[in-house]
Amino acid sequence: MKPAPFVRHVPRTLQQALAILSQVAGQDGRILAGGQSLVPIMAFRLAKPAHLVDINEVAGLDRLASDGKVLSIGARVRHAAFHAPVADNRLAALLTYVARHIAHYPIRMRGTFCGSLAHADPASEWCLTAATLDATMIAMSQRGTREIAAKDFFEGIMATALAEDELLAEVRLPLLASDAKFGFYEFNRRAGDFAMAAALVTYRIVGGKIAEARVGVGGAESAPRRISEAEAALNGRTPDDTAFHAAAEAASDTVDPLEDHQTDAAYRRDLVRAVVRRALEHSCA
Amino acid sequence: MSAHETRGSTGAGLKWVGRAIRRLEDPALVTGQGHFTADLAATHWVRFVRSPNAAGKIESIKAPDGALVITAADLTSVKKITPMLHKFNYRPVAQSILADGVVRYVGEAIAAVVASSEEDAEDTADLVEVNISESAPLVDARDALAPGAPQIHAEAPGNVILKGEIKTAGFDDVWASAAKIVRIDARSHRQNATPMEARAAHAAYDKASGRVTLTCTTQMPHLMRTAIADLLGMRESDLRVIAPDVGGGFGQKMSLCAEYVLLVWLACKLKSSVAWTEDRRENLIASFHSRDQYITLEGAFDANAKLIALRADVVSNVGAYSCFPTTSGVEPLMAMAEMPGPYDVQQYQCLARGVLTNTCTMAAYRGVSRPIITFTLERLMDKAAKAFALDPVDIRRRNLIDKFPYTSATGLIYDEATYRQTLEMAVHEIDLPAFRAQQKEARKQGHYLGIGFATFSERTGYGSPAFAARGMAITPGWETVHVSVDPSGFVEARIGSSPHGQGLRTTLAQIIADELGIPPDLIKVVHGDTDTAPYGWGTFASRSLVISGGATLIAARKVRAKLIKIASHMLEAAESDIVLEDGQAKIAGTDRSVTVAAMAREIYTQTHRFKGELEPGLSESGTYDPPGTFSNACHVAIVQLDPETGFVKVERYLVAEDAGRIINPMIADGQVHGGIAQGIGNALLEEIVYDYDGGVLTANLADYMPPTAHEMPHVELHHMETPSTQSITKAKGLGEGGTIGAPAAVLNAINDALTPFNVEIDIIPATPQRIRAALRKAEQAAKKTA
Repeated sequence: MKPAPFVRHVPRTLQQALAILSQVAGQDGRILAGGQSLVPIMAFRLAKPAHLVDINEVAGLDRLASDGKVLSIGARVRHAAFHAPVADNRLAALLTYVARHIAHYPIRMRGTFCGSLAHADPASEWCLTAATLDATMIAMSQRGTREIAAKDFFEGIMATALAEDELLAEVRLPLLASDAKFGFYEFNRRAGDFAMAAALVTYRIVGGKIAEARVGVGGAESAPRRISEAEAALNGRTPDDTAFHAAAEAASDTVDPLEDHQTDAAYRRDLVRAVVRRALEHSCA
Repeated sequence: MSAHETRGSTGAGLKWVGRAIRRLEDPALVTGQGHFTADLAATHWVRFVRSPNAAGKIESIKAPDGALVITAADLTSVKKITPMLHKFNYRPVAQSILADGVVRYVGEAIAAVVASSEEDAEDTADLVEVNISESAPLVDARDALAPGAPQIHAEAPGNVILKGEIKTAGFDDVWASAAKIVRIDARSHRQNATPMEARAAHAAYDKASGRVTLTCTTQMPHLMRTAIADLLGMRESDLRVIAPDVGGGFGQKMSLCAEYVLLVWLACKLKSSVAWTEDRRENLIASFHSRDQYITLEGAFDANAKLIALRADVVSNVGAYSCFPTTSGVEPLMAMAEMPGPYDVQQYQCLARGVLTNTCTMAAYRGVSRPIITFTLERLMDKAAKAFALDPVDIRRRNLIDKFPYTSATGLIYDEATYRQTLEMAVHEIDLPAFRAQQKEARKQGHYLGIGFATFSERTGYGSPAFAARGMAITPGWETVHVSVDPSGFVEARIGSSPHGQGLRTTLAQIIADELGIPPDLIKVVHGDTDTAPYGWGTFASRSLVISGGATLIAARKVRAKLIKIASHMLEAAESDIVLEDGQAKIAGTDRSVTVAAMAREIYTQTHRFKGELEPGLSESGTYDPPGTFSNACHVAIVQLDPETGFVKVERYLVAEDAGRIINPMIADGQVHGGIAQGIGNALLEEIVYDYDGGVLTANLADYMPPTAHEMPHVELHHMETPSTQSITKAKGLGEGGTIGAPAAVLNAINDALTPFNVEIDIIPATPQRIRAALRKAEQAAKKTA
């Protein structure tokens, strides 16, 4: 369980980082941020990058700021930054609630928000958050900067729209309305394990009815996404058991379940049904 | 039943035995001062190239230029590991140290790469090209038993490595007279003992003496020496084996691993030091596995719900090779011998087969078969209770053994125990009526609670005859202990057991302390080095406190007798007037005394004063080989089951147990707690999963899931002490009970919670997916009927 040989580069500026990345991208060069996913898979030799571009010394990437519309999260912002609310907004409360479900405390102290998105594990809480809230990804390379919408970003299991020479420098999450409700639920067998299914929901109540419903499901398919069928089952309805059950059924029926040794398709659908309903119930709690 | 003691008498007043003193071994361990195998520096490091295929022929092995890569072709002078059993139609099969032309499981070592660092060895191992022509593997024991299945070893036709059969006289008539037959088809999936420290070895050649010192993480250093010397054709005196601090064994480290043999061979070849540290992935795929069994168990009951006959069919998947020294009989034969458990049943039929497959070799793991047979038998009792419309407690009351000594249908003699009393104690402490009321109320709220009982016997501290009964070529029964007092009065006990977490340095010191009248922290227990410890069998099978403890007591009594004689000379008093206490020999009723240190100095340095009546020196030896004694317990689990996700949370866990005299209650409780953690892992979480190609899908600790602190309930312990008549310290073993009882209690609790759904689950681990599958099936059937 020793990684294959690699060269570690430690740039101090974003420009240096992008320059090195462009040079090593062709040789399976990777960004090293918190290393909580990459380093274990290197130890198993499932990944053998010849170069690591360690961004932990890069100035400016630890930016975490709100401009009144979006929350910008830089590439060096750790999960633990969200242990307490980072802004006076419902979004911050949501992030704090979700953050405590991520793995274990030592992992949250090292792992990064953007790193989690770039790694794109289907069960990642932050990937689910980004997909549900339609985050905008800021990808930078020596070729320039581009924005990628969350729905275009996640391409499959540990696959994203990032090019080899691109750094996910920042993620922007839209702030939530002051009356926004949110709910989150994830299922795993042991505390801190990867979610076998997770759901994040947000909505508002307008005239006693659900409006602007977002239902995101993670850990169930190759990538997290919003389930429009479940959202349709909520919008315009009274927030009650009937609507929540209907949304949960819709999500369960809609997903294309990932299968593994502890989760066959039927069981994954069971879990999706349970997590969506419980996330909705949590939103009312 | 005789009176239960909390503290008895061994002759001296018991000042230390029975006290929860802190463990003498802990200060070093908790301050980072322990010595582990992987701490040692080495000149050479080994990385094993392991088979990616479960079955096939090795066509070629190509090493990178300049690399030192050892293969079977280099090991022609090394014998194959061929464990032997002289009974039960055992077919000896041989295992090469490195795969010799054929691979039989994923993870089997094919080549050993030697380099100057661990990193270099792993890099080079990546470059070794192995070409295997694959064949279809057999992963499941039932597939391996099917007619026409490929032969894994030519020596074992039908892939059956051993077949045990028993049928009591008169079985058929009693069976035919039954009022009800109750049946269970139980499945236990494969598990790994998962010690915190995986395997590791360091072998160093000494050019001056020509000896090799093997430091390794093992439970049985002397047997490692014997086995490795045999295989390599060495004199045993040329091999020294050291078990330093060992980070958990749980049975996984009581078998000989081929890797250690290779390390010693390499040290001799290179005339240097060479080390190997197993990584977690290797441990999960290629160390030893266990618990992979199918058991069909049928119970014949009379009209009063009394069990009158038991019939069992045990199919144990023993993997690709047989383990040394226990052989692959360890699980199936344990299942056959102990299936009737704590119940009075005199008619018994059993067929127990060990079946070879293309999977990692099975070996002992804490509890050995008994977690499985107890889960099976306890589920059977709950099913029978249901069939007779009885409470689970009532059916146990009707069937538990309560007359002692009791001779089982398989001929085991049960010494006095408290099967019924611990059951009643548990029922009282858990407050069963209150729970039933709570359960009823919770169901109305959509919360499904369940309670499960497990009553069981735990055979411990058995000596050579028990192993001889299995026909083992090696019968690791007795233990020897040397207790000596040096000229400064310092006491040292050298033991053949090899503790690795059991706290023997403390408990044996407590036993000696009471005999010699000195405090335990002045007594040093030395173990784990074949150069300094007497030949012994190590630590496994809940044996050490009983057997090594007994040998310690025998040796300490001899030292005590000699101290009294010395004191009698020095104080010029009658031996009967001498008492040993506070580090002194005193003349009772006077203020005259002499210290142990002064007596020791005298017997070494002033021998002439004893006028030839006493031998010089102060060193005695004790050997003990007991018949075995049964501990017992009742475990109770209360679980909450989430019917939507299949998730099970253990809400409450209670144990009423009796392990005879308790030497150190804190250490005893720790054994039970740790055992329950592994038992809950067995019940709910831990499973080695093979795919159809024989690949392991659970090769890291995210996929193979031992419980964490979060999954562990608080454990409430209640004790009884029935001093054993079969153990001279009156102590019984208790290393495995926690593991044995927990799967049964948890599975019975799950099934109790599932009662409203009319669903049962008889599989361990009872994973959420399996529970949901059973519920879904019932839901779909209900829909169809509707």
